[in-house]
Amino acid sequence: MIPLEWYLALAAVLFCTGIFGVLTRRNAIGILMGIELMLNAANINLVAFARYMHPTILTGHIFAIFVITIAAAEAAVGLAIIISIYRNIELINVDKINVMKW
Amino acid sequence: MSLTLTGIIKLVFGWLHIPEFLVQPTVMIVAAAIILGFILLVVLYLVYGLRKVMGWIQARIGPNRVGWEGLAQTIADALKLLTKEDIIPKNADKWPFIIAPIIVFVPAYMVYLVIPFGKGNGWVVQDLNIGILYVVAVLAIPTIGIITAGWSSNNKWSLLGAFRAAAQIISYDIPLVLAMVPAVMLAGTLSTQGIVNAQQGTWFGIFPRWFIVSQGVGFIIYLLAALAESNMTPFDIMEAESELVAGFNTEYSGMKFALFFLAEFASMFTVSAIAVTLFFGGWLPIHPSLSFIPPVIWFLGKAAVFIFVIMWIRSTLPRVRVDQLMSFGWKVLIPVALLNIAWTGLLVILA
Amino acid sequence: MPFDLHSINLFDMGKQFVFTLTLQKISFLAVAFMTFASAVAVVTMKNIFHSLLFLVLTFLGVAGIYLLLSADFLAAVQVLVYIGAITVLIMFALMLTSKLMAKRVSQTMEQWIVALPVTLGILVVLIRLVVLNPWGMKAAPAGPTTGIIGTSLMTKYLLPFELASIVLLVAVVGAILLAKEDKSDDPS
Repeated sequence: MIPLEWYLALAAVLFCTGIFGVLTRRNAIGILMGIELMLNAANINLVAFARYMHPTILTGHIFAIFVITIAAAEAAVGLAIIISIYRNIELINVDKINVMKW
Repeated sequence: MSLTLTGIIKLVFGWLHIPEFLVQPTVMIVAAAIILGFILLVVLYLVYGLRKVMGWIQARIGPNRVGWEGLAQTIADALKLLTKEDIIPKNADKWPFIIAPIIVFVPAYMVYLVIPFGKGNGWVVQDLNIGILYVVAVLAIPTIGIITAGWSSNNKWSLLGAFRAAAQIISYDIPLVLAMVPAVMLAGTLSTQGIVNAQQGTWFGIFPRWFIVSQGVGFIIYLLAALAESNMTPFDIMEAESELVAGFNTEYSGMKFALFFLAEFASMFTVSAIAVTLFFGGWLPIHPSLSFIPPVIWFLGKAAVFIFVIMWIRSTLPRVRVDQLMSFGWKVLIPVALLNIAWTGLLVILA
Repeated sequence: MPFDLHSINLFDMGKQFVFTLTLQKISFLAVAFMTFASAVAVVTMKNIFHSLLFLVLTFLGVAGIYLLLSADFLAAVQVLVYIGAITVLIMFALMLTSKLMAKRVSQTMEQWIVALPVTLGILVVLIRLVVLNPWGMKAAPAGPTTGIIGTSLMTKYLLPFELASIVLLVAVVGAILLAKEDKSDDPS
């Protein structure tokens, strides 16, 4: 049997990799990819706990399905925003999009 | 010792004194090799069959020079493709260019894992609990291979072709899944052997209990969506030779092109096999009195009928324009598929 | 003397810490390593298209982890939604927002000197939480999950299910509106 800690440790490592991606990427789509990594890490945690605590009532699985759904919706809207930003100014570097800054 | 693959390998390993735990991985590798051999054989004769059938429908003889009656034509074509120079365009992105055909071919091969060729667990490579869902998930992967192929070719026409191909595939993913759902509802299980087993028996001793009887519309939706997914006429905008040069595989030559080609014909067989499993009773005979013919012959026979129907459609109908295709998929197929699900739900509750 | 790979006892020197290497642990280590390596490649690659291909590999790795956790339905849904749909979406957006044929979009990692200690700090906190906590849970044998998920979604979790479909509808409408070309701006 694989101890529960291994799954949680993997999820923690993936989550931190996602945070690193969000903090260092300049391209807005690169930041979105970091966010997807973080969501996947959270899903692994949910499913691991569902398996080890209540294998017959799979609440973790259902929560994970909803997380996947919301991730899809968020990716769609986020990318639409990025596309419309690109149409107005010809780049998506997040450090150059500071029109609203005082 | 039983005559299954596992039995044979266990026997051989017992003679050679190889440890016991290596039996399972070896069985899997040998099964994969057998399926690959089957695919290569099937594709060989599907290409020949397509050219012959197209030829007969167009009132001419197809290939008949190479070998007896042209049977070795595809082998000659394959040898020609293999000995062609492998060109990678100078400004193309090298690794995505090389990986794209693999991403397109491997899922078409992975679907064979759950196709039930015959009766019992020995005739399906692995009877997964989530059989049909696995097929749907795996068939969604070639989309990214096509976009990668278009993008990394560094060629405007390839990119445009890849855009249109990807839009077509993701639009027809939804009617495909929605058409498979009622068959799963009637059977009560996602496993492919379970779906075939649920179609046993007859009504009044004459009509077999196949799902086509209550799912006529569902079958037509499935056929149209599957034809669009594997880019076959009348939906073959992706490789419309008279339009976008050759679509996303303009820059591909030699073995890589052969992989794309192999993927298309392998998915022709897959589409027929899934149609037979879901709607026409898989390996079940038409009437139980005819069950002395082995189930595998029934399965391959029914799949052959379907493949002929697909080739027939391919040789007779003209190509659909890309905007007509999209509006047909979204505005016609999806509502009809949803109504079909509602109607099947009613049937399941009332029966 | 048969050589049985099913349990090799490393470190079995009479200490409390015994590490038995089973085939399951080997699979977990292989899949976890592949997932982690792909994730690192996602956040460090210069060419963003290559980064996206490694993201696909990460999604496949996570699907493999779900299979190790006996979550068969969720693994198929992960492949279908993430690889089949979200990746295609990101590819389309990438192609529409980078100047055509300029694939070498420079992607240096800005501010990694500050980001790396922050990330490592968060990692240390999470790993301490995971390792030092006495979870004490054992995994019972699990069966097929599709039926249970389906029944729960239709009985106990019906409201979130309906709300999720409304969220998706709003997202679709919003995405189309945001990305639509403004025909009124076109002077011709």
